[in-house]
Amino acid sequence: MQSSVTQPQSATPGSGGPPPEVGPPPRRSSGRAWEWSLAALLLLPNLVLLIVFTYRPLLDNIRLSFTDWNISSPIANPVGLSNYIEWFGRDDTKIIVRNTLVFTVATVGISMAVGLGLALLLDQKLKGRNIVRSVVFAPFVISGAAIGIAFQFVFDPQFGLVRDLLARIGVASPDFYQQPGWALFMVTVTYIWKNLGYTFVIYLAALQGRRADLDEAAEIDGATAWTRFRRVLMPQLRPTTFFLSITVLLSSVQVFDIINVMTRGGPQGNGTTTLVYQVYQETFVNQRAGYGATVATVMFVILLAVTVVQVRFMDRGKQA
Amino acid sequence: MSTSTIVGTRDDEQVPPAGGQRRRRRTSHQVEASAHHRGPMWTVAGYAGMVLVVLVIAVPLFWILLTSFKERGDIYVRPAQWWPDPPTGQNYSELTTRIPFFDYVRNSVIITSATSVAKIVLGVISAYALSLLRFPGRSIVFLVVIAALMVPNQITVISNYALVAQLGWRNTFQGIIIPLAGVAFGTFLMRNQFLSLPGEIIEAARLDGAGPMKLLWRVVMPMSWPTLVAFALITVVNEWNEYLWPFLMSDDETTAPLPVGLTFLQNNDGVTNWGPVMAGTVLAMLPILVLFLFLQRQMIKGLTAGAVKS
Repeated sequence: MQSSVTQPQSATPGSGGPPPEVGPPPRRSSGRAWEWSLAALLLLPNLVLLIVFTYRPLLDNIRLSFTDWNISSPIANPVGLSNYIEWFGRDDTKIIVRNTLVFTVATVGISMAVGLGLALLLDQKLKGRNIVRSVVFAPFVISGAAIGIAFQFVFDPQFGLVRDLLARIGVASPDFYQQPGWALFMVTVTYIWKNLGYTFVIYLAALQGRRADLDEAAEIDGATAWTRFRRVLMPQLRPTTFFLSITVLLSSVQVFDIINVMTRGGPQGNGTTTLVYQVYQETFVNQRAGYGATVATVMFVILLAVTVVQVRFMDRGKQA
Repeated sequence: MSTSTIVGTRDDEQVPPAGGQRRRRRTSHQVEASAHHRGPMWTVAGYAGMVLVVLVIAVPLFWILLTSFKERGDIYVRPAQWWPDPPTGQNYSELTTRIPFFDYVRNSVIITSATSVAKIVLGVISAYALSLLRFPGRSIVFLVVIAALMVPNQITVISNYALVAQLGWRNTFQGIIIPLAGVAFGTFLMRNQFLSLPGEIIEAARLDGAGPMKLLWRVVMPMSWPTLVAFALITVVNEWNEYLWPFLMSDDETTAPLPVGLTFLQNNDGVTNWGPVMAGTVLAMLPILVLFLFLQRQMIKGLTAGAVKS
């Protein structure tokens, strides 16, 4: 294993490693030989799997991005930066980046806002709230592929549920299958519908761990509901919001199943193609694994940068 | 950490389903007061909101379920006919004749159980080494495990595909299972659990001469069942729903799990025959929904455990 990009060093499998260690755990007796070997034995299988199937491909992916590999041939010729130059220059890149942005911003923003709203609602003392909590969370455990297929029929412009409901109020159904904008809308709504339960449940858990007395005190001081929400509740939820903004972002950027079963990246070629879907299409459909690896590398760098910005932002917020 | 409180309590007001163990101390009176002293308007709005949410989630599911029992003619009509008249099971029988449905179910069971067992065992033993054994480089090893969470699967897929294809493992179970078996989140979850155990009990067991494996089995695990159950449940759900990797690895019913099999059904003809397809999705959703119905508290606990504390 060479040094990895993200993390300073990957430890070598034989973790009986070098003694100079400046880790957080207080340096009591640093264990005995048998304890070291037992630890190595217990950790080794998992470490080997993570190194072989997570870290190795991460690096290998970067190497492949500088080749013209076609996924089946044993030969991959180095092509320098030409994949990157191609990606930055191609017309469809703009559309695909825009799709990814729209999808990600919409899914992260809406599922966090609505999830928080629902958590606030179902934290109230209302009868039957436990059943509603379960209902909201249920779609999250269902397979994305199954939901994607089912919602393809829900959005069917001829015989679907949405068409039927719209017809009842006298509105014609948009063609979710053929119009790129509406197709992206359909995929986004389906994803939010499935994943809302996650943000909801995390926010609910955070609400239940909050300091109710602060809210009471603010209320006695005459603060309005809005002020209490902004000045008392939101600051307490900040770590949760931060955690969700990262995890929800990572999972929405990665969405593959719903797009693959609903639209295959179409209509009109790339109407709902996101970066992840482009990786799949270039690599496995167009057999341009080198170019696919380039897109994957670009995506990883963007994700890393966004995460770093988020962490910075969080740190600054903490000090303020 | 009093994990046991979440499980098995039925009292609606006292114990919310999620994250109960991290609630600060306060009386239920303080928390629950809000809805009341905001007056009846708020209460009405609250119930209206609840009804709306239930409709948005349940109506599509109900529509799918109804469709799966409709005769072909009843699906392709406008305006839509909501109730199957008469209800028919023909979509379900057509489903099993048009695709080898039970082969997919079998594959799903094999892949889910093997991957889950591997992940649970590896997660527990890694977490044990990382929390209760002392060895040099422990925090670095932990970092290596945890940082894997930040690497999206989609980025590793190209190179892993090449590796597995080279080994001749495409369309085999080991080709699907082994690359999925490394565990980062579960290690993190179980390590936190083990670190939360009272040190005196562990020390006492050590002084009594319990070896490390005996310590794990007889002392550490019995105090960690709720967390392990939560970890196991979210692992099973994730593996059952896993799509991208098995989709790339399997070409047919010899290894394809259910979600991938459904995609094959969808591909069969140009115009989708929705009846059997809806029957297939219903059957794919059902086992997980049933599992969820009975064990949702433990499932939610697994998801929230890593989140709220940080």
